[in-house]
Amino acid sequence: MERLFSIEEVQRLQKTLSEARNPQRLRVRICMTGCRAYGAVEIRDAFKAMIDEKGLTTKVDLLETGCHGFCARAPVVAIDPHGFFYQQISPRDVPQIVQTSLIEGKPVEKLLYTHPQTGEPVALEKDVPFYREQMKIVLRNCGQIDPTRIEDYIARDGYLPLAKVLSSMSPEEVIGEVVRSGLRGRGGAGFPTGNKWKFARNAQGDVKYIICNADEGDPGAFMDRAVLEGDPHTVLEGMLIAAYAIGAPKGYVYVRAEYPIAVTHIKKAVADAKAMGLLGQKILGTHFNFEVKIKEGAGAFVCGEETALIASIEGRRGMPRTRPPFPAIAGLWGKPTNINNVETFANIPPIIHKGGSWYASLGTEKSKGTKIFALAGKINNTGLVEVPMGITLERIIFDIGGGIPGGKKFKAAQTGGPSGGCIPSSLLNLPIDYDSLTAAGAIMGSGGLIITDENTCMVDMAKFFLTFTQSESCGRCVPCRLGTKRMLEILQRITEGTGELSDLETLKELAPMIKDTSLCGLGQTTPNPVLTTLNYFLDEYKAHIEEKRCPAGVCKALIRYQIDPETCTGCGVCRKACPQKAISGKAKEPHTLDQALCIKCAICYNECKFDAIKII
Amino acid sequence: MAEILDLSRLDNLFEEHQGEDGALIPVLQEAQNIYGYLPEEVLRCISQKLKVPLSKIYGVVTFYAQFYLDPRGRHVIKSCQGTACHVRGAKGVLESLIRELKVKPGGTTADLNFSLETVACVGTCFLAPVMMIDKDYHSKLTPKRAVDVLKKYSQKPEREEA
Repeated sequence: MERLFSIEEVQRLQKTLSEARNPQRLRVRICMTGCRAYGAVEIRDAFKAMIDEKGLTTKVDLLETGCHGFCARAPVVAIDPHGFFYQQISPRDVPQIVQTSLIEGKPVEKLLYTHPQTGEPVALEKDVPFYREQMKIVLRNCGQIDPTRIEDYIARDGYLPLAKVLSSMSPEEVIGEVVRSGLRGRGGAGFPTGNKWKFARNAQGDVKYIICNADEGDPGAFMDRAVLEGDPHTVLEGMLIAAYAIGAPKGYVYVRAEYPIAVTHIKKAVADAKAMGLLGQKILGTHFNFEVKIKEGAGAFVCGEETALIASIEGRRGMPRTRPPFPAIAGLWGKPTNINNVETFANIPPIIHKGGSWYASLGTEKSKGTKIFALAGKINNTGLVEVPMGITLERIIFDIGGGIPGGKKFKAAQTGGPSGGCIPSSLLNLPIDYDSLTAAGAIMGSGGLIITDENTCMVDMAKFFLTFTQSESCGRCVPCRLGTKRMLEILQRITEGTGELSDLETLKELAPMIKDTSLCGLGQTTPNPVLTTLNYFLDEYKAHIEEKRCPAGVCKALIRYQIDPETCTGCGVCRKACPQKAISGKAKEPHTLDQALCIKCAICYNECKFDAIKII
Repeated sequence: MAEILDLSRLDNLFEEHQGEDGALIPVLQEAQNIYGYLPEEVLRCISQKLKVPLSKIYGVVTFYAQFYLDPRGRHVIKSCQGTACHVRGAKGVLESLIRELKVKPGGTTADLNFSLETVACVGTCFLAPVMMIDKDYHSKLTPKRAVDVLKKYSQKPEREEA
């Protein structure tokens, strides 16, 4: 890795690398991040061995990439230049892919994705409905490059935006461009990024800091993980540009330790950028200096809040403090500090490269650009999708997400995780942006999108989120520490069948108090899941309270399992699986379940192949 | 635990982080990597070397979910209780693990083979419900499958001895 001493050198290198990249060359792109859990390592090894065996080593590039997005179909592999897309493959399929696709240039039909509507195989990645509807700006390199090779990033215009900034833009012009883009913080609250930078730029201080918030704690969100794993340099370049604009010589990436691959990749990116003179002292021969350190989080959700995160970097308990002063004035070690989320930083290089006006032409009036959503829960195409702001929920869930599995009915989508709220089916046509979601009682949040179906109990969902926020409450302020505890106790009662109608009034009274008086974002948003479920699913609360019934069949105290003698074949699977020995019966005769022994563990329900176990 | 701890294994750590602001958490993380948990003697040693009061260190250690004051099992089970896992039945999986191992989340089995933990999200929502055992992901679990998976890990030490 050669050190670059000037802006011209990086531009020259970019040109060389880009030209050397033959678009007609055979490439195998394997997701080596999320797909690892489904055996991507073995698949890579199989490709390596097969490519060797066929004498193709010099003709084929085997690329270990980050996430392709379509996690539901893991492990996934794409073949260039054709653009074939293979899914759910095993090492056994590799010889056939090598022979048919790499040597003969044809798709292997049986490994292709089947179009859910037409039932026809879809050969090309770009034609798969899941990909076709997306617009990839932040994820432009994810799944396309080897994230551990800085050359791959540079070849795709990487570090050109930095060169542009250093050679032809003043810090004020950079901020102006970001303001023009209309970019808002992707961490959740949606504060305009350009303004945030301006505050930090104008703040007085001998030293200033940049922090990248990669403490993705929102359960059900994994886009920051994917970006750090799949394209760490874009985050780093975003930080560099911010550092130049604000005048910060030092930066930190505060990353969750639960993301080991992300930690490894960002550390490698920092080391490589430093070795090439893109980071450190006298960057590209200019007077711009910027050093980056990686800090691993230690497991506390509240550290996603910026003042708590700062406390954690300083080596203290991660507890938030009152604002003002805002971190832009007095942040890390009391110095002016600018904190942005991973996805926010990743948006910066494309904004500088193509201009703020280009970015502002995408999205809605007040929410510009694209947003990555992590689709999960009861949805067919679990994975990561990047879509323009303003797209409707319906298109995300049904066109891209492929709808609900098992022919079940869509019930609600939860956005913003524990701080957000649920959006019911009546709002499926809602164009998604910061303001529309807030108006619906939810929030954009970091982009987790959990889909629920008719078998999800909304009271249980609200209780689930409150259990989480309750246990993650740092305990500093009373409304969050005690208020959420009281709300949780009420929800507990309702799900156990001992709730009263007056409980609903108490919830409605407590919620705004907690929202208004909590110290930080965690407490201020904790009541959202309760409020939105109360608002959209009041009937379900009432069924729990008045009829002692859980319509979705989830709340244990209110349901019973029963074996349907008509459907039961007497196969004995449930009898053998029951940990309580509560099921009895002779082979090939309908079994019975002793309610006195049953602990409602649902094992029989899950194991029965004939759907003979009913929830009543 | 009568064994004597070799505190000299911390020396490199102190050297590496000498004079660094906010070194406490990284030092604790790396110390835990060395010893598997944070014994009192280690915390006392860190307190002296970093000149941070033991009370403050205790405050930090008990604040973050990742630090442990007690020895842990040979295998660490992280049962994900994130939203995606929750709606796909993670609670039943956890309850099944609790029944099988006879420990609560945060606990370690008497034979020190398993520590059972819950995590808020491991960021692999497409595998839901998921648990991690050490570095392996086990996906799309049911209460029964989760217990079946444990068997593989229960047998490992015996095989090594044989």
